[in-house]
Amino acid sequence: MTWKHILKTATTGLSTNRSRSFLTILGIVIGITAIMLVISLGAGAQDLILGQVQGLGTNTIAIIPGREPTGPSDVSALYSDSLKPNDIAALKNKANVPYLKTIMPTVIGAVSASYDSNAYQATLFGGTELFADIFDLHPNNGEFFTADDVASQNDVVVLGSKVVDHLFGSDDPVGVKVKIKGRNFKVIGTLPPSGGGSLFNFDSMTLMPYTTAMNYVLGQKYYNRVIIQAESDALVSVTADDITLTLRQSHNITDPTKDDFTVQTQQDLANRLGTITSALTYFLVAVASIALFVGGVGIMNIMLVAVTERTREIGLRKALGATDNDILSQFLLEAVLLTAIGGVIGIVLGSSLAFVISLVLSKGLGVNWQFVFPWSGAALGFGVSALIGLIFGGYPAHTASKKSPIEALRYE
Amino acid sequence: MDSHGNIIEVKNLKKAYHDGSDTVALKGVTFDVRRGEFLAIMGPSGSGKSTLLHLLGMLDEPSGGSYHFEGKNITSFTGDELADLRNRKLGFVFQAFNLLPRTSVLENVKLPLYYSNVPEEEWEPRARKAVEDVGLGHRMLHEPSELSGGEKQRVAIARALVTDPDVIFADEPTGNLDSKSGKNVMGIIQHLNEEHGKTIVLITHETSTAEHAERVITLLDGEIETDKKVRNRLTPNDEYVK
Repeated sequence: MTWKHILKTATTGLSTNRSRSFLTILGIVIGITAIMLVISLGAGAQDLILGQVQGLGTNTIAIIPGREPTGPSDVSALYSDSLKPNDIAALKNKANVPYLKTIMPTVIGAVSASYDSNAYQATLFGGTELFADIFDLHPNNGEFFTADDVASQNDVVVLGSKVVDHLFGSDDPVGVKVKIKGRNFKVIGTLPPSGGGSLFNFDSMTLMPYTTAMNYVLGQKYYNRVIIQAESDALVSVTADDITLTLRQSHNITDPTKDDFTVQTQQDLANRLGTITSALTYFLVAVASIALFVGGVGIMNIMLVAVTERTREIGLRKALGATDNDILSQFLLEAVLLTAIGGVIGIVLGSSLAFVISLVLSKGLGVNWQFVFPWSGAALGFGVSALIGLIFGGYPAHTASKKSPIEALRYE
Repeated sequence: MDSHGNIIEVKNLKKAYHDGSDTVALKGVTFDVRRGEFLAIMGPSGSGKSTLLHLLGMLDEPSGGSYHFEGKNITSFTGDELADLRNRKLGFVFQAFNLLPRTSVLENVKLPLYYSNVPEEEWEPRARKAVEDVGLGHRMLHEPSELSGGEKQRVAIARALVTDPDVIFADEPTGNLDSKSGKNVMGIIQHLNEEHGKTIVLITHETSTAEHAERVITLLDGEIETDKKVRNRLTPNDEYVK
């Protein structure tokens, strides 16, 4: 019997039991749908996160005080005051870091901002006029602070949209003074809402010159983070190495494992976030695979019932000259066809759902979410579903092929 | 080919079932079937006639004795060799018709060709001719559920004929039919024997059906009781009495 005719026999077998065939593949459809959905959404989330990280500029390098914690108990590594003004001077020296384009020290703290009787717990973010450029911030009202404001330690703030809402409602805050730590700050600008899903959310922040923040608000002599831009993307890793060497020298560190700072490029961050989303995707795929396995067991169950129900048919075919192999191929192909069809339906259904979700996220919620059709997931899903047919259809098909023609014909 | 013109030669053929009851269905039967002969096997329920037909039809393995088909001892054949022999040389007509449901008459008749070496371009014309030969040309694309019992059995006969076999085994072919349809079916079977030279081995418990045959073997308790020529043989057109 040729494959063409085995295929025809198998499709006839399936189409004569249409409703049961459909119920049989439901488990596979659900399993593959879940896997496609998870892979597609995972890829979308990864693109979103990476896009935001890279939106910061791939030539951006961050210096964080303290070394990377070696474990959960390594708390001392997290709180460090190692980044001092003399480090900035050393880094600005072209002899040390030749490809440094810009450098911005930043400080972060939690403060209470108040106006009239309204108060708001805001995040204080101190930096320089480079803020606007590095984070791509454009005030929707007023303007950003300048290098002069930073140098003169002026009492000026730029407010995030939530801070404005809580303190001023619909009133215009520009030019008005807000109180932070008992000191009055003039509002010179406000920021538009960042929109959902952004990695850096400035909505609940108050931005001011880092000099002002350090001396008059936080009272600290060190920086929480130093942000540097290299002259080009290609020079990022060279610059990161130069920074490390410069800081080791200025901190008198000889043993690299005793570094009291961490140099992080945007690429490092992107890789790390990529690893996390991949791990999460793999985990969810593993969970969805359980559905697929259950679907496979369902296939085996139904195929065994079908083999019993069609015992007479098997006997007849054998009486008419079918060999064991003919019967085995027929039932195996029926199972593989079932699961492969289930796989295709699952791929279509899963990616359609992912597409709908991406539409809801991007159009409905304003998240910059791109639909990703996971080709690898589709190929995997199709292969896996066909394989499930082979594995879970194998035993029933074998049972069918071993039926003696007369036992089969006699079966009532 | 055999020297005696015998297509089937069985010697001391036995069948016992070891399913806990250790029933001996056939205690050892010996007989020959001539090429072109019309043999009826009769006997009451439990006499072993169905068991014998299954052994002759190579659907079951004997527990002892020998079975030569066209001079070859088929008891040593593998399952695949037997399947090939069944396909090329044997045709079956069952009491319960055993047609595939929701499958057209034409496709049902084509079924044995799927397992044969007949070139595919011959399938369609062969199957059509077989259906026309049993007088169902107008039912070609109907499904079994739309046919009467007699028509179903004629489809089964067409299916048995489509591979042009040497022997046709018929297991109570009229058992599920009314007398008119039964007569019609027996007429076709006798016609196949007389006009096309097919060897027929028919199982029945009805004397009237057996009288279409040339020779009747009667079984009782797994042994041959009588083996006689039929004296007043019916013709295909004789009135069929159930």
